[in-house]
Amino acid sequence: MTIRGETGRFGPFGGQYVAEVLMPVLSELEEAFAAVLEDEGFWDEYHRILREYVGRPNPLTFAANLTRMAGGCEIYLKREDLNHTGAHKINNTIGQVLLATRMGKKRVIAETGAGQHGVATATAAALFGCQCAVFMGEEDVRRQAPNVERMRLLGAEVVPVTSGSRTLKDAMNEAMRHWVSHVDNTFYVIGSAAGPHPYPVMVREFQRVIGDEIKAQSLERFGKLPDCVLACIGGGSNAIGAFASFLDDEVKLVAVEASGEGLETGRHAAAIAGGQVGVLHGQKSYLLQDCNGQVLEAHSISAGLDYPGVGPQIAELARTGRIEVLTATDEDALAGFHLLTRTEGIIPALESAHALARAVDVAKTLPKEAKLVVNLSGRGDKDLATVLAFEKKGGAA
Amino acid sequence: MNRLEKRLREKRAAGGKILLPFLTGGYPDMETFIGLLLELERVGADGVEVGLPFSDPAADGPVIQASSQVAIERGASLTSIFEAVATARSRGLTIPLLYMTYYNPVFHLGAEEFSKCAVKSGADGVLVVDLPPEEAAEFAPAAREAGLDTIFLVAPTTPEERMDKVTRESSGFLYCVSVTGVTGEKKPVVEMVGDLVKRIRPHTDLPVLIGFGVSTGEGAAELAKVSDGVIVGSALLSSLGDERGDEAVKRGGDFIAGIRKALD
Repeated sequence: MTIRGETGRFGPFGGQYVAEVLMPVLSELEEAFAAVLEDEGFWDEYHRILREYVGRPNPLTFAANLTRMAGGCEIYLKREDLNHTGAHKINNTIGQVLLATRMGKKRVIAETGAGQHGVATATAAALFGCQCAVFMGEEDVRRQAPNVERMRLLGAEVVPVTSGSRTLKDAMNEAMRHWVSHVDNTFYVIGSAAGPHPYPVMVREFQRVIGDEIKAQSLERFGKLPDCVLACIGGGSNAIGAFASFLDDEVKLVAVEASGEGLETGRHAAAIAGGQVGVLHGQKSYLLQDCNGQVLEAHSISAGLDYPGVGPQIAELARTGRIEVLTATDEDALAGFHLLTRTEGIIPALESAHALARAVDVAKTLPKEAKLVVNLSGRGDKDLATVLAFEKKGGAA
Repeated sequence: MNRLEKRLREKRAAGGKILLPFLTGGYPDMETFIGLLLELERVGADGVEVGLPFSDPAADGPVIQASSQVAIERGASLTSIFEAVATARSRGLTIPLLYMTYYNPVFHLGAEEFSKCAVKSGADGVLVVDLPPEEAAEFAPAAREAGLDTIFLVAPTTPEERMDKVTRESSGFLYCVSVTGVTGEKKPVVEMVGDLVKRIRPHTDLPVLIGFGVSTGEGAAELAKVSDGVIVGSALLSSLGDERGDEAVKRGGDFIAGIRKALD
């Protein structure tokens, strides 16, 4: 089964590394997704919801003060933070839950780290009248209490995961276990452009609206494409969404990984810069692992980037040099967080703050008249407690 | 045909039911694990499946998850488990043995190197639970080349058109997953498992063993009636309680002896 000719392999990456029970389930999903890709009615409905409910298209904001501060090229912000629920995650959950209802599945499950994807899934489930269960590491349930309450208000069951390191990767393991046990009525909504085929393709297609809008807005405003698009990567959903429209264009694409306390400390979440090729959660990609092939816990101040792997298409784009991959530490991200808040009056998510930190550097390398678009993937209200706690401690998160 | 498939076929030909216990390598500790291997042979296991613990066992239920975590925390690695199995062989373990694991540790070591080391340790087969036939092209040939049987799974969700794909890649035996779920949680429904085995038979004459959710002698006997035998993992590990050393070996042996009795 292919989806518009795509097999789910991106060079040496991707694939379907799952237990036999799930293989037929993934085939069913591939078929359903391939069918809706050609179904105009489906996309009309999807875009209507993005317009009326999510608030798209969101603006491309010229960050005049930040541009002046950076002293490089012009910096623009793609305002995913202005979406309903405050991040890009909703683009994908609307798409997947709409697909779930088309497939007759009345129940959706999701994994979540920071809680943004969980909230976005619970929101879509409430909108479409589906049951919803969200798997979340016990450690994250504790760290992200407000989002746990949000999900519960939205009618979702939040299932604390007590296995392994009790964080995002374990939540994903548990979601897969639950899915295996409830395949007949349950749809698994993956939030990252990761997991077994067709998820990386599907999540990209539901996130590509970000890049499509950047393209249209750039053409209208500059009369040309932007010179550079820059985004943070954990699993890579906001980045692949922002990049997908530009892969064949002469546009510089830059991804920023979270290097936590520093690559040299081993406490980071930079799968490309600091990992090796491996297999986890159904896909082959770069992965943080030890000398025995055991998966390592990722570390980042930003829970949304706190994942030991990266989506397979991002991995391939990095391997072939189509995208440039930079890193930003926890400290860099905090600096980016304050910088945007003070210069533009926009509080960014700590995830997006990684991108902002490097955007200032990249801007300096480009001609003054060049246009750099930073994907501002989410808003930072959720991170206030983390930022305050970090600064009170004077360092280590 | 290597020792694994040969022994299982002989057992079936003789009219017996195959009993294949599962142990997590290095659990509860390396010395106890070696003792358990030998004890399982003594009480009548026809072979043994040894789990090479992985940090993220997404196809396993709580018991095997916990045992994997404990084994890793106590220092179990591919190398130390290979050494322990070799030690068990040198102390007289003769029943066939296969490794069960996830693909990342195998891939990390390299398919050829893994297979070579596995054979050298005294193993006869390998089952990589997150490696369906579609993804097995780089691993299965290397494993077979080294002399390992390659075991694949058939699940209740496996449609007719996938059966050949799975059985073509299989040697040793066919692992029939009794439930749509993870190890050790749901109770299988004997009639449904029987129907699944009937669907499998026209595609292969390999022995068909039932695994996932086999926890009592009575349950094992019922499932063995509709198949060639059973695999018992979570329930065996649970039977050890928090014991280590001789007491754990005795408990595991008693538990498997009970299943053996029910099957015969």
